[in-house]
Amino acid sequence: MKDMLVQVEPLIPALRRYARALMRERAAADDLVQDCLERAVSRWHQRRDGSVRAWLFTILHNLAVTQFRQATARGRHMPIDDAGERELVSAAEQEHRLIYQDVLGKLAKLPEEQRAVLLLVAVEDLSYADAAVVLNIPIGTVMSRLSRARERLQQEMDGVAAGNVVALRSVK
Amino acid sequence: MNQRPITEDDLHAYVDQALEPERRAEVASYLDDHPDVAARVAAFATQREHLRGALASIADEPLPAELNLSRIIERRKPPQRAWWAVAAMLLLGIGGLGGWTMRSVLQEGSNGLSALAQEAAYSYGVYAPDRVRPVEIRASESAELTQWVSNRLKQPVKVPDLSVSGYRLMGGRLVATSHGPAAMFMYDDDHGDRLVVLTRPMSNRNLDTPMMPQSTGDVAGFVWADGGMGYTLVGQLPGETLKPIANEIRKQARPI
Repeated sequence: MKDMLVQVEPLIPALRRYARALMRERAAADDLVQDCLERAVSRWHQRRDGSVRAWLFTILHNLAVTQFRQATARGRHMPIDDAGERELVSAAEQEHRLIYQDVLGKLAKLPEEQRAVLLLVAVEDLSYADAAVVLNIPIGTVMSRLSRARERLQQEMDGVAAGNVVALRSVK
Repeated sequence: MNQRPITEDDLHAYVDQALEPERRAEVASYLDDHPDVAARVAAFATQREHLRGALASIADEPLPAELNLSRIIERRKPPQRAWWAVAAMLLLGIGGLGGWTMRSVLQEGSNGLSALAQEAAYSYGVYAPDRVRPVEIRASESAELTQWVSNRLKQPVKVPDLSVSGYRLMGGRLVATSHGPAAMFMYDDDHGDRLVVLTRPMSNRNLDTPMMPQSTGDVAGFVWADGGMGYTLVGQLPGETLKPIANEIRKQARPI
């Protein structure tokens, strides 16, 4: 278990950040990370070769998706505009506060699958291949979701209608 | 120069700083010639910076106690392993700080029963091999023994009678544990095999648990709690021999 401690412990802050950005609520996010760590401890010897980082994010992401499904089934909606941001940026630098609140508020408007890919790639620095593992989708789908996520977020930021962008063709 | 065409994927990899230096230079030169695409790429890069900035502070927060990985690992350790550690400590005669650390490990999980099992193992290790004075009060004075330990444990304690299992009471004593005094009773049979029963109040005064087998090497035991009193039986006998004896003790020792 010593190797586990050495390899997993440094990743906990990033797992918390991803969970918080997805769940937008500190307590719910930390519960999710705790669940994730408990599973990681019990399955440490079953993991296959490959990145420990991707393995942990996979466990965490699957737990989050399960939660979202349950929340949807219960007909509960996460409030989009008024919850979360304040808590998310509480420690952020004061002068960036408004910008940060704004981008997080707009991120929250993206469909969950686009939000996940953007957070994994742009914030958590997962490679496209690792993001494909975590989300259990082909790498081409990672790229197209990433592209849609960035376009959509930019439209939100610019407040413009869709369809007015210069996109290059995508080569698979 | 016969260059591969720049794709949408290249633009994202450019933003995410995931391109090889050579390809990165090609994309940069393409963007120089296409200001509209460059503006879009710059906007994506700004998004990325803002997202990272907005979320960065979360990773700098101190971790709450429930996300302490060492604790999570310790909590999941099966009691069996703790017993191995106890056995190893007894064999190697490790005490002091090592024992202290082990104590906290054992108290996690299993409602403190592992700690009780450890205390019984210590008592067995010290008193069972003693041929001169294994007990302080002999069986012939069992009334005095019962009264003494009941007073000290502030609980009515019954001395189990194991004659139906072929074991005679030799006597008993008070032993010191980190949880206060415990009553130890020792039994032997015609072959000289000795058993130790250790009982004391648990910190959870309502604790009731099933009987848990604990064994390592040639020392086996069972531990359980009834009405907040913890009991454990240990001996150098196979578990299947000890189990009916433990059942007998449990039956007799139910809270008065």
